[in-house]
Amino acid sequence: MSVILILIIASLGIAVCFLAGFIWAAGSGQFEDTCTPSMRILTDDEPGDRPPVDPN
Amino acid sequence: MSFEAVQGQPAQAAGRGLGIETFLYDNRIVRAFAIATVIWGLVGMSAGLLIAVELFFPGANLNLQFITFGRLRPVHTNAVIFAFVGNGMFMGIYYSLQRLCKARMFSDFLSWFNFWGWQAIIVSAAITLPLGFTTSKEYAELEWPIDIAIAVVWIAFTVNLLGTILKRRERHMYVSIWFYIATALTVAVLHVVNSMEVPAGWFKSYSMYAGVQDALVQWWYGHNAVAFFLTTPYLGMMYYFLPKAANRPVFSYRLSIIHFWGLIFIYIWAGPHHLLYTALPDWAQSLGMAFSVMLIAPSWGGMLNGLLTLRGAWDKVRQDPMLKFMVVAVTAYGMATLEGPTLAIKSINSLSHYTDWTIAHVHTGVLGWNGFLTFSVLYWLFPRLYNTQLWSTKLANYHFWIALLGMMFYVIPMYVAGVTEGLMWKQFTPDGFLQYPNFLETVVQVLPMYRLRAIGGTLYLAGVVLMVVNLYRTARSGQFVPDTEAQAAALHHEEPDSAPALSHRWLEGKAGLFTVLSVVAVLIGGLVEIIPMYLIKENVPTIASVKPYTPLEMMGRDIYIREGCLGCHSQMIRPFRSETERYGEYSKAGEFVYDHPFLWGSKRIGPDLHRVGGKYPDAWHYNHMENPRSTSPGSVMPNYPWLLSQKLDESAVAPRIRALRKVGVPYPAGFENGPALASLHAQQERIVGGLKGGLITAAPDREIIAVIAYLQRLGTDIKAPSAASPAPATAAAK
Repeated sequence: MSVILILIIASLGIAVCFLAGFIWAAGSGQFEDTCTPSMRILTDDEPGDRPPVDPN
Repeated sequence: MSFEAVQGQPAQAAGRGLGIETFLYDNRIVRAFAIATVIWGLVGMSAGLLIAVELFFPGANLNLQFITFGRLRPVHTNAVIFAFVGNGMFMGIYYSLQRLCKARMFSDFLSWFNFWGWQAIIVSAAITLPLGFTTSKEYAELEWPIDIAIAVVWIAFTVNLLGTILKRRERHMYVSIWFYIATALTVAVLHVVNSMEVPAGWFKSYSMYAGVQDALVQWWYGHNAVAFFLTTPYLGMMYYFLPKAANRPVFSYRLSIIHFWGLIFIYIWAGPHHLLYTALPDWAQSLGMAFSVMLIAPSWGGMLNGLLTLRGAWDKVRQDPMLKFMVVAVTAYGMATLEGPTLAIKSINSLSHYTDWTIAHVHTGVLGWNGFLTFSVLYWLFPRLYNTQLWSTKLANYHFWIALLGMMFYVIPMYVAGVTEGLMWKQFTPDGFLQYPNFLETVVQVLPMYRLRAIGGTLYLAGVVLMVVNLYRTARSGQFVPDTEAQAAALHHEEPDSAPALSHRWLEGKAGLFTVLSVVAVLIGGLVEIIPMYLIKENVPTIASVKPYTPLEMMGRDIYIREGCLGCHSQMIRPFRSETERYGEYSKAGEFVYDHPFLWGSKRIGPDLHRVGGKYPDAWHYNHMENPRSTSPGSVMPNYPWLLSQKLDESAVAPRIRALRKVGVPYPAGFENGPALASLHAQQERIVGGLKGGLITAAPDREIIAVIAYLQRLGTDIKAPSAASPAPATAAAK
């Protein structure tokens, strides 16, 4: 059962990475705006809906 | 470095004279993954259909060893998970990530390395698994050279993903990107930890962990493979493609963020729920159960968020098959994530474990959630990739209804079968005897359900064929757009001229983060060295009578692994009276200290085998393996005639003993140079002698002899010493 230590360390390692990511994201304002990002993706790739660019 | 100046920067960006950049999204790689998704979907589902038929018509394997249920089952699971869903995931990520980041993929080379590398891995899996090269670990059956290839390709994908995120032109990272990062990072760690194995030849290895430890690692991996391979990337895709298809923003972006963080912090602790009532320590089981129940909250938050996105747009669902698929996918996600925690409750699990209920559960997830979401994205992507309209909306609607019907015909019979099995196994007569003492009775009872399930699978597969036609005609009717042009302002930091140093500055700014990452990396490196020593010490037998397998038993065990016997037979008797009455003394952790890998299994299509040793004469096993119906009329087990004719590969004995010694099995030094083969031959002769008593003349060097040796050894170590039939290895060596 000592293998559980390895799993806990691996799991905590992953969790710590995510925690660091969360702290960075929260600190840098990733979560400040919880409204416009959801709108933005709808208008994002407007060019993709245009006719293809002629390669020639 | 500071990142305060985040909000409201795009206008300033233009104002600072960075200008608008024009760039191209790579559609070729998206198309490649889309085509691969469809092809491997067909292959994986066809394999599934074949093994579904074999379960009620064992002759369907035509007595070919390469397509028996045991060998084909991992082909099916690996194909649908890693080939169908895997390619589907890459398709969705490569399409949406570029657009969310307003950037082309970081490196076209890495994109194509990812693509061809992944396809090569799939092809090698499709070749090696039918040949019987398997580690037997669920969803991680591929042998060590392929494991290394998986790690390499996965790292290439991760670098490509992170590189694209680094060079993004949109400061804000949409929630899908977080789901993609979680996928890349976690799967890498899971794969490395679970695949720790010592090679014994090119296509044979032994897990570094044994018994209960191996079980814990395996299901930590297995559960999180479901979490981070089948769930998180697809959630990222749901949050991108569902709003796109409905053309309205996600119901609550805030909820999506909570969904993400809640999910990733809870998911990874839930693995032990696969091992309830086994020899795993009780506290670990309870912990796994508690975290599993907690998972309902984020999962349902996400499901409701998806469904509520369609508020006021249900008229579109009526018309658009793509949205129909999406609605069913999200609903199936909700059902599966409610059912999962329910099945993780110990009292419910005591009924459901080892039954077809589990099969129903996973297929709700993979047919409904993964399958329908993949179809939805494919129907959405093809017209856009080919700049045209979907060839036939009507045909897509047919696909939807056929697939839904197929799913129902699959899942509902499996629920019926599962509950039937669970109840029949536990049923006692008023006198206190098992009502169905013969396991076969419970198998025959559910065979009609197995037939219905095959019909469900056929329908589902037929739907995919309709989709292939539709997508092909769509592609033919349009012209492929290899690159989509897009424009966006460059992402700027403090100084306007910082663009070329973007990645370097990012690194600087993340000094803390990178310190943590490097510490983790170093930690993993150190662990790799520590693990074997540490675990070997732990594996000092707790039950003195438990001895390593003899060379012949070891070879027999490897054949048991090769043939995939654990797909249908568990080796873990739970401490219930219904089980001890049927099989014998319940299984104890100390009995498995030499089991590299563990072979507890998760499903009983046949009876548990942990105490089968000594239960039947050798001759019974011989006849039973040649034709199971000769000893057990009505059995659905395939014939194994090749075990009677194929010669045992004695040259494999020495390297295998060496490898097992490395992982901590105490074979004496030099045992493999002579004594091992002597022991092997002696035991072969004993078994052949015993078979003569059953009027069977068998050559001692056939594989069947090794299999019999292994089966007769199973579970006998803790019986009275005089009853232990074959002499254990250490005794033979002395």
